[in-house]
Amino acid sequence: MRISRRILAGLATASLAVTATSCGGGGTSGSFDDTVTVGILHSLSGTMAISESTLVDTEKMAIEEINAAGGVKVGGKSYKIEYIVEDGASDWPTFAEKSKKLIDQDGVPVVFGGWTSASRKAMLPVYESKDAFLYYPIQYEAQECSNNIFYTGATPNQQSEPATDFMYKRSPAAGGDFFLVGSDYVFPRTSNTITKAQVKQLGGTVVGEDYLPLGNTEVAPIISKIKKALPEGGIIINTLNGDQNVAFFKQIQDAGITPSSGYYVMNYSIAEEEISTIGPEFLEGHYGAWNYMMSIDTPASKKFAASFKKRWGADRVVADPQESAYNMVYLWKQAVEDAGTFDDNAVREALVGQTFDAPQGPVEVMPNHHLSQTVRIGQINAEGGFTILEETGVVLPQAWNQKHPSSKGYACDWTDPSKGEKYKL
Amino acid sequence: MELLLDSLFNGVAIGSVLLVAALGLAIVFGLMGVINLAHGELMMLGAYTTYVTQLIFKLPILKPFYNSYIIVSIFLAFIVSGVVGILLEKTIIRKLYGSPLETLLATWGVSLILQQFVRSVPLAYGTGLVISLIIGLFLPTTFPSKIKESINYKYYKFSSWIFAALTGVLTGSVISSSVSKLSRASARNVDVTAPSWMRGQVEIIGTAFPKTRLMIIVITLISVVAITLFLNQSAWGMRIRAVTQNRQMSDCLGISTEKVDIITFGIGSGLAGVAGVAVSLLGSVGPNVGGNYIVGCFMVVVLGGVGNLLGTVLASFGIGIMTDLIGAGRLLSIWPDMPLPLSNTINFFATTSMARVMIFALIVIFLQFKPTGLFPQKGRMVEN
Repeated sequence: MRISRRILAGLATASLAVTATSCGGGGTSGSFDDTVTVGILHSLSGTMAISESTLVDTEKMAIEEINAAGGVKVGGKSYKIEYIVEDGASDWPTFAEKSKKLIDQDGVPVVFGGWTSASRKAMLPVYESKDAFLYYPIQYEAQECSNNIFYTGATPNQQSEPATDFMYKRSPAAGGDFFLVGSDYVFPRTSNTITKAQVKQLGGTVVGEDYLPLGNTEVAPIISKIKKALPEGGIIINTLNGDQNVAFFKQIQDAGITPSSGYYVMNYSIAEEEISTIGPEFLEGHYGAWNYMMSIDTPASKKFAASFKKRWGADRVVADPQESAYNMVYLWKQAVEDAGTFDDNAVREALVGQTFDAPQGPVEVMPNHHLSQTVRIGQINAEGGFTILEETGVVLPQAWNQKHPSSKGYACDWTDPSKGEKYKL
Repeated sequence: MELLLDSLFNGVAIGSVLLVAALGLAIVFGLMGVINLAHGELMMLGAYTTYVTQLIFKLPILKPFYNSYIIVSIFLAFIVSGVVGILLEKTIIRKLYGSPLETLLATWGVSLILQQFVRSVPLAYGTGLVISLIIGLFLPTTFPSKIKESINYKYYKFSSWIFAALTGVLTGSVISSSVSKLSRASARNVDVTAPSWMRGQVEIIGTAFPKTRLMIIVITLISVVAITLFLNQSAWGMRIRAVTQNRQMSDCLGISTEKVDIITFGIGSGLAGVAGVAVSLLGSVGPNVGGNYIVGCFMVVVLGGVGNLLGTVLASFGIGIMTDLIGAGRLLSIWPDMPLPLSNTINFFATTSMARVMIFALIVIFLQFKPTGLFPQKGRMVEN
């Protein structure tokens, strides 16, 4: 598979060279002076393949769009972007291995990749030791700020904090008690630590929390706990992963834990893609918080959704992680063009301060290698989308969360050599 | 009272999921002594059968009967998983009796093959293939004995396989063209939605119970009763028990042990299919759904005592009730003013993750004292 793809890429380059010579140098649309090969590294097999393959599709689309518009222009030359797709196979050490291969063997200037925090943590040492650059597109728990990673997903203060605030102050269950449910791994636990600190600040109470081991779908004990802790309804914050959501929502609906009886679930891992899998009939009336939602009614957002459907099929949907993946390809292109070279260090410098008119609205790269983004709170509707209820202004990213006890008062700034990864504010 | 009822119901509900999943294994592993790591994947086939049945019942011709699809799928799942189990026995397991390690590896391989199969083959053609298998395996057995004894029997058999293959391809393409969701291969998890009469709650003595849970309890009860009656009342059941207790002697007395092996394995696998229907009601259906249950199944069978159905029943309800007691912190609500250190300990274990740890620890301790489980019984495994 991989070999055939490389051969194909080779063939493409060869045929391109032929066209270039026959055209006599290029400059006209559709021909390029040179090519640049980037790496795409997501799971195409294993449990994460379902989610991560949508990112590969989006990144390919963004690259095709850039090529169609004349490629990357560096130093007066136009470069066609080509890509090598590697399979991380839902196995974290494989992500590190494939990263090494992409950097050393293929010599790619940039890798777009990763989904789970575990895969990112496995890749981080590789990029730091080789001083290479990884673009990571997923909303995550933060508490990390690497000079060699560029994060285009939301940090907790760009997703969970506005969401908790909304639930406590303005949702139908406003002022109610909180119950936290999540899968048992790093993101839900970190996210819930932050939520607990925030609920305390707001003056509310967290009456219980529980974590489901990954792969477990027996929700009965959690349901009895929710019923005991919130007999009259209340707010449930859900950070369950993937398929566990199906079990959770099917079973809580059967147990009578529904919006009509006063229970409102705020979800941090359910986007349009997941709604269509779980089924909107189980989710209607519950909430979600994201930077991008497919129902955003702007020309940029509509264009993004329409070109994705045109490229990959009318039944496909776009969601926040995909938008984030789309943005990062464009931001890389802009930074390379500004830097005038593919060299990592120059691109990294040029990257900070880049702005892009993303499908979600304007985003800007901050000195801590995260993006400033807009946060939206939506209610899931019967059609399987979000009805957007609230939209914040642009929220600056906090790589070190200001509500988490271990990182309060710290920040990250890579533009100032005296500050770096973690400095005291 | 309400608390007790609620707790008991939850325990029974959790236990019956375990029981229905482990019942087939109790027969295959317990009675026959075959370590079948593909048991979870046979469950998965049952779950996918439910999904396919659900979609087929959405077709205009069957739409009026949509509400009963779940009942139909229980029987279909039994047949599908049973037939795949029979094929597995005929081709692989039969050659490996008496070598547990090789069986373990071979069946693990089969489980990987089955997982990949549902990922990369469109379900419509998968259904076609299963239909071919059913016809190919069963059509020859319906031939009159005159044909069976004739010298050209193998040609008859061959032509019935050709017929089966053609029927399979035909059904595959018919389903593929009429249900678009089944015409493409996808690794994506799919979803079974219970018919409306099975959703929501019913109220019994002032406490509300989820209907899907009640349905699973009913499926489990019927399976247990049916299998007990079959083993203890029918002639084949008697033969199975005879072969389990003493293979050589049964063979000498004229029982076809080969046939008994096929039937036992087929029934065990079919029960895995029924379990698949049950778990499809609780969560999503995907290639890995069986893998999530396999450890629990072996745990239940070992705890109950290999070779004993009653042990399996008690072990699953025991584990179910313990899961609920520990995981939901029930003891605290029964005895609210217990001393602080004790209540802190209970709170510490009152999360789903820790409850699991606690239950595994308790089982390990229990097996230290009773290594053969709750009800040890002499069986082929013990003998060898």
